[in-house]
Amino acid sequence: MTKASVRLFAMGAVVALAAAACGGSSSSSGGNGNGGTSSTPGVTATSILIGSHQPLTGIAAPGYSEIAPASNAYFQWVNAHGGINGRKITFKYLDDAYDPTKTSTDVKQLVLQKHVFAIFEGLGTPTHEAAVNFINQQKVPDLFVASGCLCWNNPSQNPETFGWLPDYTREGKILGDYVKKNFPGKKIGIFAQGDDFGQNGIKGFEDEIPASGIADIEQYDPTNIKITPLVQKLQKAGVQVLVSFTVPAFTALLKLTSLQLGFSPQLVVSSVGSDPITLSGLISNFSKGKAPGKDLIQGIITDGYLPSPAEPSNSWIKLFKQIHDKYIPKLPFDGNVLYGMASAYTFTEALAAAGQNLTRESLVAAVEANNFSGPNLTPYAYSSSDHSGMTGVQMGVIQGLAVHLQGQPLVTDDGTGPITPYTTAEATAPASGIPTG
Amino acid sequence: MLLRHGIPAVAGLGLLLAVTGGLSQYRNNQLAQIATEVCAVAGLTVLTGLSGQISLGNGAFMFVGAYTVALLLKHHPSANNGEFVLILLAAIVVAALAGALVGVAAARLRGPYLAGITLALAIGLPTLPKYSRLQGPLGGHAGFSVDAPLGPNGIDYIRWQAWVCCIAAVITLFLLANLSASRVGRAFRAVRDDEIAASLAGMSVARIQILAFVVSAACAGLAGGLLADVAGNIEPDSFPLTLSLGLLAAAVFGGLGTLSGAVYGSIVVILLPTWSQDLANHVSLSDKVVSNLPYALYGLGLIVGMLLFPLGIQGGLRRLAGRARNTLRTKPAGNYAGEPDQD
Repeated sequence: MTKASVRLFAMGAVVALAAAACGGSSSSSGGNGNGGTSSTPGVTATSILIGSHQPLTGIAAPGYSEIAPASNAYFQWVNAHGGINGRKITFKYLDDAYDPTKTSTDVKQLVLQKHVFAIFEGLGTPTHEAAVNFINQQKVPDLFVASGCLCWNNPSQNPETFGWLPDYTREGKILGDYVKKNFPGKKIGIFAQGDDFGQNGIKGFEDEIPASGIADIEQYDPTNIKITPLVQKLQKAGVQVLVSFTVPAFTALLKLTSLQLGFSPQLVVSSVGSDPITLSGLISNFSKGKAPGKDLIQGIITDGYLPSPAEPSNSWIKLFKQIHDKYIPKLPFDGNVLYGMASAYTFTEALAAAGQNLTRESLVAAVEANNFSGPNLTPYAYSSSDHSGMTGVQMGVIQGLAVHLQGQPLVTDDGTGPITPYTTAEATAPASGIPTG
Repeated sequence: MLLRHGIPAVAGLGLLLAVTGGLSQYRNNQLAQIATEVCAVAGLTVLTGLSGQISLGNGAFMFVGAYTVALLLKHHPSANNGEFVLILLAAIVVAALAGALVGVAAARLRGPYLAGITLALAIGLPTLPKYSRLQGPLGGHAGFSVDAPLGPNGIDYIRWQAWVCCIAAVITLFLLANLSASRVGRAFRAVRDDEIAASLAGMSVARIQILAFVVSAACAGLAGGLLADVAGNIEPDSFPLTLSLGLLAAAVFGGLGTLSGAVYGSIVVILLPTWSQDLANHVSLSDKVVSNLPYALYGLGLIVGMLLFPLGIQGGLRRLAGRARNTLRTKPAGNYAGEPDQD
């Protein structure tokens, strides 16, 4: 053998040994090595392990990085009160930095190495898309994806995956309906993220106001913050009512750019990008404190699907504020924290409904049975043939640092069906703060 | 000629395949990721280490390979394993063609300008599917799910993926080792060391530089195809700039210009982030610190590594081996250990 071929052989051996060394450490923890009576991965008589991928760093981190800690705070509350059916919940969330490749490896680690029972609240459309096939292939329940993409409702191909928040098309329809009724004769424009989020939203909006009735649509690329030319086009088109399907950072940029250009249309912002505390902070941050964040967002029209922190007497707000103050007092009590707790509450409801004999099948069946009475303002669409989440939103307006909800919650479908008020009164939070099966 | 390195390649492959049997699904998946990375890094180390051209954009060729595989599988969803090999070959060919195009431009550029154009490629090319007129044929933001054929009955599909990737990586290393030892490899080095001397010796410098680009793009194309198989889903955002920079980091950290260095570097670049994340999760600090700690540890690891081994892991190992040999011989053996590695 030549010197080079010896080396080639040696490095083959090194890889093999490295792999074997890794294998040795993992095989001991492989399988359901926690001595429980159940054969379901991640579940013992006293514990449940669930996992998630979250943007704790990177472009999507501002605001969204609060969601998983808030969910975890709710689970800690549940655990402190004895857990669900005697099982305490451990929530392991990994940072994917909003990078789909990282999501894919994170989820493989959670499922194959940590043996989680379920994936919960995986955040983001491009990120979760990179993992959804694998999760379903492994038959792991994939509950309450934190994204309003229509794509999660595909039970024939992805029977384990469920959405949670209202999808962007339903929301777009209800925003369109509101604009049609409240701003007749005004020139309407749309500013939207150039991906599934924006496009699903535009699709719903155009169901109410046909494209011919929209003066201008501009789409931005979320990796390019130079949006001035797009806003100038909207201004040139004479837009008076600007509907915006934007993430918080781009709502803030839109507001600041409009201010610079002397362009002041009535803003109607999808709930994705309208959390007042996040927005006001971003505006102050981007303008280095020169622009008054709080003042600039007053009067923005938006929508919500959970009770607002502006209603301190609401039973859910009381409960979640109490948990917030106890476990995560350093985070602001904003829409993201509320989201994380409400979503965790829904997961806990599903666990309770799945009963003492918890399996992956019983959890999925419990969600499809759709017996939820949580903080959601509108009912879920869940059934064996429909895996989309909440069916509508309630309109509102930003006053102070909170969204003040107005009128009644509205529900609709993601096709061309009508928009109808939902009149059933919202459930009240259980006294213990924990759902019962 | 081709028989050179053949026996160790076969032996190494046998060893790898035997090892996969004892690994968990998770470790097999990591092995598949390492093998995929090896294909791309080995190609890059030939380009940068042997022919002396830099590329910050090999992630773009991985994008080309991955999309070729995804599109072909979409149109032939029931491809068997034989056909999958052809699909991978197609990915190599398409990426090589892209490499030839870039190579023509690259042969006219030097140093920072070449780095600049390949950087632009890494950022720009993967956003093509987002362009509104291409969203239909290229799958838009959501990309494609990739369902490569399963292995023979009874073999776990993740172990099968690890096999496919390991076989591809060993074949890549085998071919590159032969190429490097051949007339072409010597031409690469001649051009790297002195372009004027090389052209005086009758070599066409531009042609040799383009050839090096084609070779490295072909390797990246194969890696992209394997990535599509292992990830199970590809989308434009699967090919961020950090992917390309990670390849270069692996090549440099392992030992630029050496194939064994490509292997060591790939292992580090794939495993270090996981290790640092596990480590970060074991400390009780504030959430913001813990979230950023893996990146800090990863960066710190690379910095400390480069300070300890300026010639990469392979350079460090050679120096240690050289020192051991000197001690054994008890008399100085010149500066043998400092000689640049040429395999």
